[in-house]
Amino acid sequence: MEPIYLDHAATTPIHPKVLEEMIRAYETTPGNPSSIHRFGRDARKLIERSRDLVAKDLGTESKQIVFTSGGTEADNMAIIGTAFSRKDKGKHIITTKIEHHAVLKTCEYLETLGFEVDYLNVNEHGVISMEDLKNALRDDTILVSIMYGNNEVGSIQPIRDIANLLESHQAVFHTDAVQAYGSIDIDVQDTPIDLLSMTAHKINGPKGIGFLYIRKGVQLDVYQHGGEQERKRRAGTQNVPGIVGLAKAVLLSKEDLAPRTEKYMHFRQCLLDIFDESGIEYKVNGDPKYFLPHILNVYFPGANVETLLTKLDLAGVAVSSGSACTAGSIEPSHVLSAMFGKNADESRHSIRISFGRDLSLEQVKEAGQMIVKSVRDLVKN
Amino acid sequence: MIYFDNSATTKPYPEALDTFLKVAQNYYANPSSIHRLGSQSEELLKRSRQQAANLLQVSDKEIIFTSGGSEGNNLAIKGIANYFKDRGKHIITTEIEHASSYLACKQLEKEGYEVTYLPVDSEGKISFEQLKQSLRKDTILVTLIHVNNEVGSIQPISEVADLLKDKPTTLLHVDHVQGVGKVPLDLSQGKIDLCTISGHKFHGPKGTGLLYIRHGVNLSPLFAGGSQEQGRRAGTENLPGITAMVKALRMTLEFKKTHFSELKRHKEKLIQGLSTIEGITIHTPKNGSAPHIINISIKGLKAEVLVHALEEKEVYVSTKSACSSKDQQASRILLAMGVSDSDAKQAIRLSLSYQTTAEEVDQFLKILKTQVADLRQVMRS
Repeated sequence: MEPIYLDHAATTPIHPKVLEEMIRAYETTPGNPSSIHRFGRDARKLIERSRDLVAKDLGTESKQIVFTSGGTEADNMAIIGTAFSRKDKGKHIITTKIEHHAVLKTCEYLETLGFEVDYLNVNEHGVISMEDLKNALRDDTILVSIMYGNNEVGSIQPIRDIANLLESHQAVFHTDAVQAYGSIDIDVQDTPIDLLSMTAHKINGPKGIGFLYIRKGVQLDVYQHGGEQERKRRAGTQNVPGIVGLAKAVLLSKEDLAPRTEKYMHFRQCLLDIFDESGIEYKVNGDPKYFLPHILNVYFPGANVETLLTKLDLAGVAVSSGSACTAGSIEPSHVLSAMFGKNADESRHSIRISFGRDLSLEQVKEAGQMIVKSVRDLVKN
Repeated sequence: MIYFDNSATTKPYPEALDTFLKVAQNYYANPSSIHRLGSQSEELLKRSRQQAANLLQVSDKEIIFTSGGSEGNNLAIKGIANYFKDRGKHIITTEIEHASSYLACKQLEKEGYEVTYLPVDSEGKISFEQLKQSLRKDTILVTLIHVNNEVGSIQPISEVADLLKDKPTTLLHVDHVQGVGKVPLDLSQGKIDLCTISGHKFHGPKGTGLLYIRHGVNLSPLFAGGSQEQGRRAGTENLPGITAMVKALRMTLEFKKTHFSELKRHKEKLIQGLSTIEGITIHTPKNGSAPHIINISIKGLKAEVLVHALEEKEVYVSTKSACSSKDQQASRILLAMGVSDSDAKQAIRLSLSYQTTAEEVDQFLKILKTQVADLRQVMRS
């Protein structure tokens, strides 16, 4: 049986239309965008058209988009690039305890270089408090990096409030929107975000490509040196088919955002109904109001998560315990630990279910039954 | 159509594209995910790494997949510099590195490192003696481009490797981006510590590459984040890109066995034909240069003008390195070889591949001669 894939927050299958456009780009536009002849110009046209599409979707101008090799690179570039370019203005950085490792580890690295980092707490819904942020802000704060939507529990941070608060402060505001992009509407015209990272493979686009949005006037130290690509902000021959694929994925996700949201909310309700009807004990982790519709994180008291994942895997249901990047080692999730305390039960007995475009209601229901059955088996023993 | 700009980028092999397509369709899961689909991706990643290692005659643990040559060079140079900064801060490189190495070194100078840029002779080669004399107790890294991307000159890597064999505190990095599949480089003896290659230079996908890091060599990562690639390169792996690159590498090494002498003949024939053009200077050294790169200047003809004149006849060549082709400066490489500024501004590069045919070579010479004659006619009148 083909497994039921409920791990779209880890990565998503590439959309056939994305793949089709990529293959066409590979076959018909093989040039180097920096070459001055027709092959170069054609390739350049393709990436600039893609850049225009992406910029329009985000509510900005094309030259504010820098293509990277993915979310991790974009996060690193934003955080390290800002820290280095603004170190004369201060060495204080604020982030949260629930960031993706691409942000957390980068901040930890900066600590070894003499930067001071405050990691904000979150409440039991996985949301920071604006008061905490205001209190943590100092005159020498140069960067605030707070993720848009959390990749494990889906909680959405008060991004607009944060951005507005920081408008009158020297600190640059970066948001890791890797998980939120394509799942909710994001517009940097309404919200004064300085830096925003995303990756294509979370929205049915190709792996190995992402971008960093850099607001007009925001300076970053160059991170990868070399050629003059991307307005000298990111060296390296552009991944033309990847960029084309990214833009297509962005377009597709914009097109069906509303019906997709509705579909995921329905999936979510179905699963919760199945859990309710079964009578198993469970609790949803995350913010009850502001959450990414494709992520559902559930706590099953008494169910050992490793055994549960194995059982589900054998039954053909692919879910995960935390972020895929750390899933290799089943350590308690740092996100759930931040929400419930270090040794909290939730951090060892919760799974993340994440929806995607191709899922059918039937599959979701089937997976729901399988989860119920497995949880029952585990709790009974 | 004659595409003689293979050093800028190459058209992917259909077989590599086929691999890309199949893997994108069938192995979409994240290799870090612990469910069955994730394990299948991880297994394929492992196999690709083993295959790449076999092709390069090294061990699989010594291969780190990257987003390309610029990242590989940056990671190797900055990663070693940063990791060993307490041991020493002296680096040796050459005047004719690719921009990604050259500017990474320039950046390190700003951070307090001392860099010796070895000059080259009129053949684009460093003096081994001079390198020897530049070595100091605090030299932590020697980074050399194996095959120069603009003129095709080859550096004496194996001699340098032998010299450094007895100096365990000085590591050797080789930028092998242009050399791979064209000029042999022996990694199997473990005398080279790091080696960068890029997929799109040998008919693989853009946005792919790998860095060989000899077992036992430590370096600081460029990106912090997940623990992919042994903690040396965070970020979800671009599995379709990786498998397609490895496929292209295998094919290129096979072509090397069957088509190498043919490629060499093409180059010889081109040089012979070019030599009869009045006012031509061939900057590529006669002996000891790569079989696929020829750099020439034709007196009185501006590089851009000639490139576009050839383009009218569907012949594609380039001025200098594509990565810096937009700035109007004379090539840094040719100036380092002692070529006059005016000659350097007239330089164009022809670069071949194993796909190049004898007909293309004949046709190219014919078209070039006609276009040169026409341009001269126009200029005289």
